[in-house]
This record gives sequence, structure tokens and C-alpha cells, in this order.
Amino acid sequence: MRRTLAAVVCAVAFGVFAQSAEVARPDAAVERRLKALGEELRCLVCQNQTIADSSAPLAVDLRNQLRAQISSGKSDDDIRAYMVQRYGDFVLYRPPLRAATFLLWIGPFALVAVGALIFILVVRRRRPVEGEPLSAQRHDELAALLEGREAQQPGARKPRRK
Amino acid sequence: MKALKFILPLVVFLALVAFFAVGLTRDPREVPSPFIGKPAPAFRLQQLHDEKIAFTPEDMKGKVWLLNVWASWCVSCRVEHPLLVEMSRGNIVPIVGLNYKDKRDEGKQWLAKFGNPYVLSAYDDEGRVGIDYGVYGVPETFVIDKQGVIRYKQIGPVTPEALEKMILPLIRKLNA
Repeated sequence: MRRTLAAVVCAVAFGVFAQSAEVARPDAAVERRLKALGEELRCLVCQNQTIADSSAPLAVDLRNQLRAQISSGKSDDDIRAYMVQRYGDFVLYRPPLRAATFLLWIGPFALVAVGALIFILVVRRRRPVEGEPLSAQRHDELAALLEGREAQQPGARKPRRK
Repeated sequence: MKALKFILPLVVFLALVAFFAVGLTRDPREVPSPFIGKPAPAFRLQQLHDEKIAFTPEDMKGKVWLLNVWASWCVSCRVEHPLLVEMSRGNIVPIVGLNYKDKRDEGKQWLAKFGNPYVLSAYDDEGRVGIDYGVYGVPETFVIDKQGVIRYKQIGPVTPEALEKMILPLIRKLNA
């Protein structure tokens, strides 16, 4: 439902009323490859949908284009190259590793590494809590507080109440 | 060390703000075109007004020209249309239309109604040429130089601002 709504909003927003029709009699093998391929290609009109997913007319046209190319025996790489030539690396949901996309690929791992480093430093820096062992009197006081009665020893502080 | 505890989050925060500030000035719908600096893809299409005459970008060799993708069903084409009409009156640059996925009659009617700024319109019935030019949001406008190389692409309507700041100076430069 939400997906349909998104598609409708998208289509209206971009004034896309041109007709595009899916092929009438699909070939199962072609459709399987189309689906796999279409899932890693971005629809340019509804940018967060894939070409396999989108019902924007451009996506329908592109699916038809890809169908024709698959049927004519083009490899997946050929088809990806065809898309990149027209729309740039942006169409690929799996962008190639390049100077410009280096940060995109390395960034998350770098952030995890930095986080791990900070974590290790903080943990190492933390010293075990040291202190004098409890005196017998203090121990009784605390036990009394925990049990909810006032300690008997003279000079013991009364628990503060609100 | 204690100061670092306060300064570090502040620095991280400021860096985030800087990224967001830059991000806000950008339009995520605008995909950088891989065609800038590349030859305009060749095609051969019937003209909208005369199916017997073909148009190919070769015909425009030696001229700086605009290729404007439009359609009668395209609402935002109406926004830029008066600007194009005005430009055509000023004889600044030849504008070729690419009538994208339209019906011939509706396209012609649309031009009759709103004015025809185009020296001609190529009729891209199936949108094949549109795909070859990486068109994804009509209207789009390409500035093509004398050698047939794409120099600039406007995605969405041509705005007065884009015209003054980018397109007209570029045309002057390419014509010089």
C-alpha cells in the first residue's frame, strides 16, 4: 500500500503521465535475470526504488530496454555499462571502488575501527576501584540500612528521609 | 585530557553541521550527468511537424545549440516555456526540441497554444533517444557546442537564474 502510494506520489510529482507498458508475454528466464539485475539498479525518477521495483514510466521503459538487451544475449556487465554510460555510477546500488567512492566503501569500516580504538583506550584506562576494606562498624551500619532498621551503634548516622 | 572530552564532541558536532549545511544546498534529484564533455549521442528521428523530414544532431554541427526535452504532458515544461519563447525571439541560440514520449497531435497543439520556440522538434515517440541522453526528469536542456559536445545539462525547468548565471554566459563563451 505504502509502496503504491509512493509510486503514485512520485508519478504525479514529476508530471509523468506518458504511457509505458510492460511487455505482454514475458519470458521466464529473461524475467529472472531482469529482476536480479534490476534490483541493483537505481530508478532515476523515484531515487530510493530500484528499477525492478519502480512503476515510474521511465523504469518501465528501462525494464523493456533491459529485456531486449538480455534477449539479444548481452552480459550483465554490458548492461550495467549501458546504464552507467547514460546515468553515471549513481544508477548502481553497488558503486565501483574508485577515488571518488573510496570514502563510501572504506568509511563505515574506518568508523568502526575508530570506535573500537576509542573503546579499547577507555577500557584500558579505567583502573580497578581501590579502597580501604569496610570496617566492622561501617559494615553493620550498611547492613542495617539495607534491612530498613536504624543502626544500634551510638553515633551512627540516621538515614535521611525526605 | 579533560578539555579533550568537551572539545572532541564539539568538533564532531561542528563537522556534522558543516556536512549538513553543504548538503542542504544540494538537490538530491540532480544527478551529475556523465555526458558533460562527451559527444552528444547520435540519433535520427522524424520531425514533429513533418514525419518525412528527419533530424539528426549532425545537422547542427558548427553551431552552438540547445536541445530541450519537452512533452505536452509535462507540467513543469510550462514553467520554463515562456523563457524559451523569449530566447527564441531574441535569436540568441537555436533551440531544438525533443518531443519526448508524446502524442504527435497533442505535442503540436501544445506548441500552437503556448508558442513554438523551437527551430524544429524531433519526435521521440518511444523515448529511446531520451534514454540514450540519460533523460529522467522532463524538462531537461542540453547545451551542445560547435563540435557536437555536450557542455551543460539543466535538469528540470530552465530558471531565469540558471539562464543568467550558467546558460547564457556559456553560450557566449562557446560562440566567441
